[in-house]
Amino acid sequence: MSRIHVTTTINGDATEFLCEAEATLLDVLRDELGLTGTKEGCGTGDCGACSVTVDGRLVCSCLMLGAEAEGREITTIEGMATGERLHPLQKKFIEMAALQCGICTPGILVAAKSLLERNPDPSEEEVRYWLAGNLCRCTGYDKIIRAVMETAADMRRAS
Amino acid sequence: MALDDSNKTRVFKVVGTRPDRPDGIDKVTGRARFGADMVAPGMLTGRILRSPHAHARILRIDASKAEALPGVKAVVTRADFGDVPDHVADIMENCMAGEKALYDGHAIAAVAAISPAVARQALRLIEVEYDVLPHVTDVDEAMKPDAPVLHEGRQQETVPPGMSQNVIARSEFGHGDIEAGLKQADRVLERTYRTAATHQGYIEPHACLATMSADGQGDLWVCTQGHYMVRNTCAAILGLEQGQLRVTASEIGGGFGGKTTVFLEPVALMLAKKSGRPVKMVMSRSEVLRATGPTSSTSIDVKIGMRKDGKITAAYAELRYQGGAWPGSPVNMGAMSGFAPYDLENVKTVGWDVVTNRPKAAAYRAPGAPMAAFAIESAIDELAKGFGLDPLAVRLMNGADEGTKSSYGPTYPAIGLKATLEAAHKHPHWTAPLGKNQGRGVACGFWFNFGGDTCVSLNVTPDGTVTVSEGNPDIGGSRASMTMMAAEELGIPYDQVRTIIADTGSLGQNEVTDGSRVTFAVGLATIEAARSAKREMCRRAAMIWGIDEQAVEWEDGAARPAGPNAGKFPPMTIKEIAAVASNTGGPIAGHHEVTAEGAGVSFATHMVDVEVDPDTGATKILRYTVFQDAGKAVHPSYVEGQFQGGAVQGIGWALNEEYIYGEDGILQNAGFLDYRIPVASDLPMIDTVILEIPNPGHPYGVRGVGETSIVPPLAAVANAVSEAAGVRMTQLPMSPPRVLAAIQAGG
Amino acid sequence: MRFEAPRSVEEAVTALAGQTGAHVLAGGTDLLVKLRSEMIEPELIVDIKRIKGVREIAAEKGGWRIGAAVSGAEMGEHAGLVADWPGVVEAAGLIGSTQVQGRATLAGNLCNASPAADSVPAMVAAGAVARIVGPEGTRDLAVIDVPKGPGKTALARGEFIVSIFLPAKAPRSGDAYLRFIPRTEMDIAVVGCGISLSLDEADRVTAARVALGAVGPKVILVEAAAEAIKRRVLDEAALADLAAACSKAATPIDDKRGTVDFRRHVAGVLARRAAVIAAARAKGDKA
Repeated sequence: MSRIHVTTTINGDATEFLCEAEATLLDVLRDELGLTGTKEGCGTGDCGACSVTVDGRLVCSCLMLGAEAEGREITTIEGMATGERLHPLQKKFIEMAALQCGICTPGILVAAKSLLERNPDPSEEEVRYWLAGNLCRCTGYDKIIRAVMETAADMRRAS
Repeated sequence: MALDDSNKTRVFKVVGTRPDRPDGIDKVTGRARFGADMVAPGMLTGRILRSPHAHARILRIDASKAEALPGVKAVVTRADFGDVPDHVADIMENCMAGEKALYDGHAIAAVAAISPAVARQALRLIEVEYDVLPHVTDVDEAMKPDAPVLHEGRQQETVPPGMSQNVIARSEFGHGDIEAGLKQADRVLERTYRTAATHQGYIEPHACLATMSADGQGDLWVCTQGHYMVRNTCAAILGLEQGQLRVTASEIGGGFGGKTTVFLEPVALMLAKKSGRPVKMVMSRSEVLRATGPTSSTSIDVKIGMRKDGKITAAYAELRYQGGAWPGSPVNMGAMSGFAPYDLENVKTVGWDVVTNRPKAAAYRAPGAPMAAFAIESAIDELAKGFGLDPLAVRLMNGADEGTKSSYGPTYPAIGLKATLEAAHKHPHWTAPLGKNQGRGVACGFWFNFGGDTCVSLNVTPDGTVTVSEGNPDIGGSRASMTMMAAEELGIPYDQVRTIIADTGSLGQNEVTDGSRVTFAVGLATIEAARSAKREMCRRAAMIWGIDEQAVEWEDGAARPAGPNAGKFPPMTIKEIAAVASNTGGPIAGHHEVTAEGAGVSFATHMVDVEVDPDTGATKILRYTVFQDAGKAVHPSYVEGQFQGGAVQGIGWALNEEYIYGEDGILQNAGFLDYRIPVASDLPMIDTVILEIPNPGHPYGVRGVGETSIVPPLAAVANAVSEAAGVRMTQLPMSPPRVLAAIQAGG
Repeated sequence: MRFEAPRSVEEAVTALAGQTGAHVLAGGTDLLVKLRSEMIEPELIVDIKRIKGVREIAAEKGGWRIGAAVSGAEMGEHAGLVADWPGVVEAAGLIGSTQVQGRATLAGNLCNASPAADSVPAMVAAGAVARIVGPEGTRDLAVIDVPKGPGKTALARGEFIVSIFLPAKAPRSGDAYLRFIPRTEMDIAVVGCGISLSLDEADRVTAARVALGAVGPKVILVEAAAEAIKRRVLDEAALADLAAACSKAATPIDDKRGTVDFRRHVAGVLARRAAVIAAARAKGDKA
């Protein structure tokens, strides 16, 4: 069983890795590259904890093979803050207690960032439907939705 | 430790504010390390072979082909564990089947191999010969005399003769005379209610990383609600000394009671022992659903007599809970808690603990209480509405208060039930207009709350900042609460304290994170540890000033002379005292060890509006408000979060979540696709009203808040759906096919 | 297992035809779930996303040709496609989460051959045609003829779908797709209904196609439902007849997602509601 050589970009860094044909992008991120911020909650695309973006498009990294990453640009939760500077969503999530256990948080942040890049002024309903694929069992979603809406408002004011 | 009288009027400086949680940045950047995030050099992958049968005798396990597969380093079966002490015998059986597989997904054997692929292949090479036996998964079916029997000889003497051996125990609670009470009623309502088994549904699957040396020293990294429990249980199962096994709790991705026992951990340690290498095990989601957690499915009869003015004259319930394949369903907690919100002259509950071919029930947030509340609060609602009475007023009329003898025995101290009902009654939600096909439901809920063994150590560093070591994993912001209480007590800023979760080698015994105990019990121990550090710092200041230590008091982060007669010295701050500690007797620390009592029961009232589509039976939650007593809300944002999270788990339980077994006894929905927990678009905002009726048993008045919030929603949603659909719903989940069928049958 | 990502249709066909246990990978949202649950153990996975044109939506004969690797999200962002076939776009948009939308494709949804596939009744109602390539060359097959039963398709070894063609939309026409699920998102359809219809100037139905999903082993094109509304204005009586025809045509089973009675009833409910939306669209209402 020979491994596949993949050249890709992860959080802006040119990256090479070897992977088995059946390895998912999630397996590669976590087990080969040590990027364990991306979580596995189900492995079947039902929980969103493994959310990343590929060429700017939000996907479940458990539903994509590592080999498919060839030539793509991948962004994970580890690429969200710039050095010490947190993304406004990250800051707001802490400030508004939009996390309890924190396991779904990386996926939700990646998904929410992707939403605000497309739609800087989403309605509550739009936020809820965009995030419907990100399960959270702790919060009842209330504070998450509020944090995304408030971040959007802050970012609109700042721009 | 009693509530300080001074706290009734005390102005808190830190407690009650909403600072950023100390682990916030780690958790929003992906740096926080959860169960599956740890690696060790030379680590192997462990995997478990699981039973494809609901009930089968294991005739033979032949692992020789798996053992011969290159890359396989160890295979473990039940035989490797030998005899284990009685108190962990059922846990052992659940971790690894002995003579019989007792449910679909029951662990049969395990392997450790150099890669997941090899481990997977090895599992396929293990040959297991089963003698498939008849099975039973339904609680009422399991109680029938001719039901397939799981265990012989486990039935307790409380069970009348002639019942199935699956009926393990009968319990009874209450006081007064039911028959006499029923005679005073204007109406007696009798109904049977049923609830499906649900899973805790934490997003992080169970995971651990075990190392075991030949000399009997072990290390375990694990996501758990209680690493001390993991240590003690694994030590008992593996025959280790507790002091030789160090367990470190990872960050934990949700638990809700489901991580208060062990599943993988003893197996990982045994694989590590046999292979001589670190072994990591991570469950798949399907394993989580098939073989961990769920709560009981139930069948409950309620009989309540009410006068036409709303007074309850007698209240009776008989509760049947199946707890999976071993004794220990939470039926007693259901039987004790169901009528606990009420002041009743005549009340009685009978509980039946039943075994079935399902995974062993684990604790789930207020274990046993939501189902009982569903049945009882539905019946009270139906009676109240039948008499044309306001359902909140009826609850208030019958509501328990300070001095009430509770349905389960104790007499209440100051409690907050009526405060939640009164707050609900005057809230604008109660009088907001409803549209067509809409309904409003209310329900009350109770939870005991718990204290337990707790051990906290607080260290003052040489620069005068403070570290708190506690032994309970931070499952939803408890580092923040402990930091706040330590800062409050020491009179120093929040950012001068850091709280860490210590491993089992660093502190004495700590009870698991259960019973909503952490903010109460660990908070209490943190405050006491801070007080002991303060006493020591006052002593050091007294020594420096050359005055009596009784003449020194602590205020605003500094030691001061206690009055004009004590002498004129400028205050010495914690930093100044810490800086010279080496010259005054050495490092300064405080610690506290206690079996915490006085947890303080907690009550809630929930109110919900729904709309039911009469053509499809689909329910939409329109508005939801939680009213709950928190005693004292240490960090109100996380208190609100507990209220909201509990309410939404209850909504899921009410509407969609259920374990679905086929005729073959196999779980049909072992994934998040068909085990349907609420998603963001299913819900409105969840409004919260925090009531603060101080708990006399805590220095700041804190009560646990984590569990009560899941008790009322099943009934509140059922009462709302019943009103909207025009037909009484008595079975959960109220899935669209079930609601539509009820509408069609009723209309 | 091997992985190949050919650049041309020919290379892909050769790879697929030359290997037993070869599977096509487009969006992968079904394939990877099957892989993970060990339902399949492929010898070879052929990623078709690098083939020229498969990620494009192209205008053709007044209609639209949608490449086999175009995701639901990309369809939703294509103004022309959304204007002509909103029902098909919405149906594709209902498959899974936002994350799944970033990958899942019409062709994959079709080839997965689940009776509950959301986009299939909508494509059938729209009269969509699949373009299939294989060792024997290229052929076009109506979408309704692609699934043969649960998990089974009319595709031969070495064949795969390279694009889906949605025909030119007739004047005063509209389509809609509705499904029933217990939650608001993330579930598999318990019942699905796609409708495409055309109206005359008096708002009488001149042509209609009504398709049901999740109520039989494969998608059902309900001719009787179309007949029930043809030459009629969609008034209460016509809608009742439409609903009755759909409930009658449904041949569902009891399973973990729904009962026979529920599915029959809801098939009618959805048909009625979808017809109202389709008719409004035919009249030019923005809905």
